[in-house]
Amino acid sequence: MSAVDRHAVHVSGVPGARPLLFAHGFGCDQHMWRYVAPHFEDRFTVVTFDHVGAGASDLSAYDPARHASLEGYAQDVLAIVRELDLRDVVLVGHSVSAMIGVLASIAEPDRFAGLVLVCPSPRYLDDDGYTGGFTRADICELLESLDSNYLGWSSAIAPAIMGNPDRPELGAELTASFCRTDPDIARRFARATFLSDDRAALPRVTVPTLVLQCTHDVIAPLAVGEYVRDAVPGARLVLLDATGHCPNLSAPEATTAAVAAFVDEGLG
Amino acid sequence: MSVRRRGHAEVVHAALVDDAPELRDDRAPCGYLATTPDGVIVQVNGTFLAWTGHRREDLVGRRRFVDLLPAGGRIYHETHYSPTLRLQGAAREVALEIVCADGRRLPVLVNSVLDRDDDGSPRAIRTAVFDATERRRYEQELLAAKRRAEDSEERALRLAQTLQQTLIPPTPPHVPGLDVAAVYRPAGDGRHVGGDFYDVFQVAPDDWVAVLGDVQGKGAEAAVVTALARYTVRAAAVDHEAPRDVLATLDDVLRRADTDRFCTAVLARLRRTHGTWRATVACGGHPLPLLRRPGRRTVGVGAHGPLLGILPAPVFTDTDVTLGPGDALVLFTDGVTEGRGRRGELYGDDRLRAVVDDHRGPAADVTEAILADVMTYQADDARDDIAVVTVAVDGTAGTGPS
Repeated sequence: MSAVDRHAVHVSGVPGARPLLFAHGFGCDQHMWRYVAPHFEDRFTVVTFDHVGAGASDLSAYDPARHASLEGYAQDVLAIVRELDLRDVVLVGHSVSAMIGVLASIAEPDRFAGLVLVCPSPRYLDDDGYTGGFTRADICELLESLDSNYLGWSSAIAPAIMGNPDRPELGAELTASFCRTDPDIARRFARATFLSDDRAALPRVTVPTLVLQCTHDVIAPLAVGEYVRDAVPGARLVLLDATGHCPNLSAPEATTAAVAAFVDEGLG
Repeated sequence: MSVRRRGHAEVVHAALVDDAPELRDDRAPCGYLATTPDGVIVQVNGTFLAWTGHRREDLVGRRRFVDLLPAGGRIYHETHYSPTLRLQGAAREVALEIVCADGRRLPVLVNSVLDRDDDGSPRAIRTAVFDATERRRYEQELLAAKRRAEDSEERALRLAQTLQQTLIPPTPPHVPGLDVAAVYRPAGDGRHVGGDFYDVFQVAPDDWVAVLGDVQGKGAEAAVVTALARYTVRAAAVDHEAPRDVLATLDDVLRRADTDRFCTAVLARLRRTHGTWRATVACGGHPLPLLRRPGRRTVGVGAHGPLLGILPAPVFTDTDVTLGPGDALVLFTDGVTEGRGRRGELYGDDRLRAVVDDHRGPAADVTEAILADVMTYQADDARDDIAVVTVAVDGTAGTGPS
């Protein structure tokens, strides 16, 4: 099976134009980008995909060993990039995919022209002199949260989808709930994400980098965003007028504007 | 691109527009919260305050809903709950814990809807909160039971695989002058110990036994009988030269054993005298082995005999054949010939003989070819175990001195 099939890759926009590769974070799937990515289709090749285990990806491609660390996910991203033969890629990675993008760009810098790190965190756990925001006990609690919410997984009752008269495109596409996945994979992805420590990778980034930071982000607080900015050579940080951890949903216009400004002027 | 951000007061006021006054009642049967789209609490009912011990003035305008959750719940809120709400307009039956004023955790189930303005922009999130203390306790017991069940299933699977490995030698031994190959493929997903077994062992210099059998049924009891059969054959082959006597001993042991299971087996004793290999073959309720000879069509060899472990005084028959250079004996279980195609038709003897005829090279080639052909025939979904053992005489073995 090709990487395109494994990851339910969706390509739109202008063929041959600079590719923007949107990578979703822990929890949901490529639908996270649906208020942002379409705005780039008039000028760019727009690529979205699901990480293995999420959305419409091929669950059988999930490999507990390969996907035990973010490096495995970065290799998945590179497989997509190589298969589509993308060059000069600007990778827009949300949440854990910000770090996955960092690792991918370090592995094959020639493929990438820039990184947009949306609410990144290289290390979620507090450490000696470093504040990630969480303790190991917090992550255990998250795993319990996942368990409690996946009780009904096997019976797979798709929740009723509320009508969205102003966004009719949603109803037809979101058949099953896009934020659900196999509970075992969700647990493992949570471990790979929240127990990761990729701080050492940040100084090795060689492409222009933009950090997008929200206010009141309980997962990646401002201090963490500033840490990433300071550690990645030449990185800039833009503080979005948005709260929470998902500005691609809560403030899609501001997110779109910041990404557009970066690809138009920030790539040098 | 720029966005007009509304002022705080404007946002709070918009979120306050409320069409569910009954939920504000202190005697409402569920907790109720209204928040701005960013989660700032603008309204909370008495039931929620009574359950959590929070004071209204500490919450309204001051705290966001996510602030009331413990750290793990906050991550879940941000990565699952909030995106679902934004993309689907509603989230239902989400299991969370609320941190109460005294630090206690209240397990709750939460339903939320996202209200939008006429122009489609989010206006407010309205949330009903249900006390789920008892339910959560029960669910945790269920989860623990589920984990225990999964653990024991995994242990059983590992045990089955270990057992299987002790019953089936992974690679046949090296026999000077003979070329021996074997394959074994358990039916289905390999979770159950199969009943097929084979063994190739030495009795004396230039004196070997190849045995292949099939115990009726699967699982632990079949595995016990499989082990019994294998070790009985090993012991009996030391006392009895004739394969028919080895099978008679096995039959006797099975009938005396505390089991209803029977088995089939084919046994070949391979002896080299003056540089020439001879095989003596006996069968008990088992398909006859095939004899492949250079320049000739493959044929069955031996005489049929009764099932083992059933009849009071069964009679087995020995058949002698001389094996020249390039000759091969192919022992197989009925998982090969009784493999079924898409329309239920049997794989059968003719297909098997054709594969053997077509593969006149090393033992491993013909053995692997049989497995591949019968698996393809069954669309890779074998309903029975498949075992094949091929014993071929080396091209030069028959002519050299022993």
